[in-house]
Amino acid sequence: MYTTDLSGKDKNAAVAGVAEDPALIAAFEARVAADEFIEPKDWMPEAYRKTLVRQMSQHAHSEIVGMLPEGNWITRAPNLRRKAILLAKVQDEAGHGLYLYSAAETLGTSRDEMTEALLSGKAKYSTIFNYPTLTWADIGAIGWLVDGAAIMNQVPLQRTSYGPYARAMVRICKEESFHQRQGYEIMMHLAAGTDAQKRMAQDALNRWWWPSLMMFGPPDDKSPNTEQSMRWRIKRDTNDELRQKFVDITVPQAEAIGLTVPDAALKWNEERGAYDFGEVDWEEFYAVVKGEGPVAKERMQARQKAWDEGAWVREAARVHAEKRAAAKLAAE
Amino acid sequence: MSDPSKEWPLWEVFIRGKGGLSHRHAGSVHAADAKMALEHARDTYTRRMEGVSLWVLPSAQIVSSDPGDAAALFEPAEDKVYRHPTFYKIPDGITHI
Repeated sequence: MYTTDLSGKDKNAAVAGVAEDPALIAAFEARVAADEFIEPKDWMPEAYRKTLVRQMSQHAHSEIVGMLPEGNWITRAPNLRRKAILLAKVQDEAGHGLYLYSAAETLGTSRDEMTEALLSGKAKYSTIFNYPTLTWADIGAIGWLVDGAAIMNQVPLQRTSYGPYARAMVRICKEESFHQRQGYEIMMHLAAGTDAQKRMAQDALNRWWWPSLMMFGPPDDKSPNTEQSMRWRIKRDTNDELRQKFVDITVPQAEAIGLTVPDAALKWNEERGAYDFGEVDWEEFYAVVKGEGPVAKERMQARQKAWDEGAWVREAARVHAEKRAAAKLAAE
Repeated sequence: MSDPSKEWPLWEVFIRGKGGLSHRHAGSVHAADAKMALEHARDTYTRRMEGVSLWVLPSAQIVSSDPGDAAALFEPAEDKVYRHPTFYKIPDGITHI
């Protein structure tokens, strides 16, 4: 079947730590090096499977947790147009989470296992969502910067070596562009508004700029998984390459609407044809990864609450379906 | 710990993009029954008019070939090039063929 059978035996056999056949590994590496796609039923090294489950579930969790900071403003959007747009965007984030969970499940990890890993703190999600959304301008900054950084990360993943992941990314990338543009539009309007509105936009940029740069992950020399992931074509560009690209694209967008990127070291480097920029505060990054973000606790409490309060619905629907199926069978 | 028997079953989702095209696999959803699976498929995979028709079927019902058998299944076609029109040499000047 297309999706890995979770009750099946292969899963346990694979985890047992049996030494993998070097010929199989070599054949796998050759396929990946030739840019072939790996599909759910194909043989793959256990480490590849594990890395993918970690990366894809982390990605899915980020989409789901990412609904919280924006959901915070749905009831307070300044007008009906903005409210309809924000609702659609948050619904998209749920959809993205579901595409990714569904793709990750093909590797033999169940949806509930992934949810439990998130709630227990075992699985991570993007550090950016552990920052609070204090004003309406934050919704603009998130769409423009956070979704902008996400697009930068995700576009190369459309060619990632695992087929279901690549296909999910194609679907997601088609939808992200609306997210970024609606955010930039919010910032554009605020930046052209009253002094107070302009200050609000600048303040949001000040607070979201650095966390957005952190979204690309630690610097290359401190990113232990990068080399292996690049070789397996799970990752297609390094963290620093993508970060640089993001800065180069975003700085002119800020200038165009009269906002200032909060980095005194930011300077166009004619020779490199790129911006030089200041050092990210990696202490802060690692603290947020460890769960010390300003609203990390609230985020997990909200997810736990949703999970707990939905338990009776999941149970009722399951039992109802079983009862109806049994009645149908009896009537035949 | 999670109990797999308590999780809603998995359904594969297929979408007909527009009239005249066949249904194409899009992904999967969890749902307690077929009706809910259709609703979830609609919400998850067709928020932007991606289709005009949906199919859902229990993932467990799909029977697929084994990648290990791919050579045995598909390679025999490689030496039957005479199945392709380009195999036949037709002199210049002969048209409509």
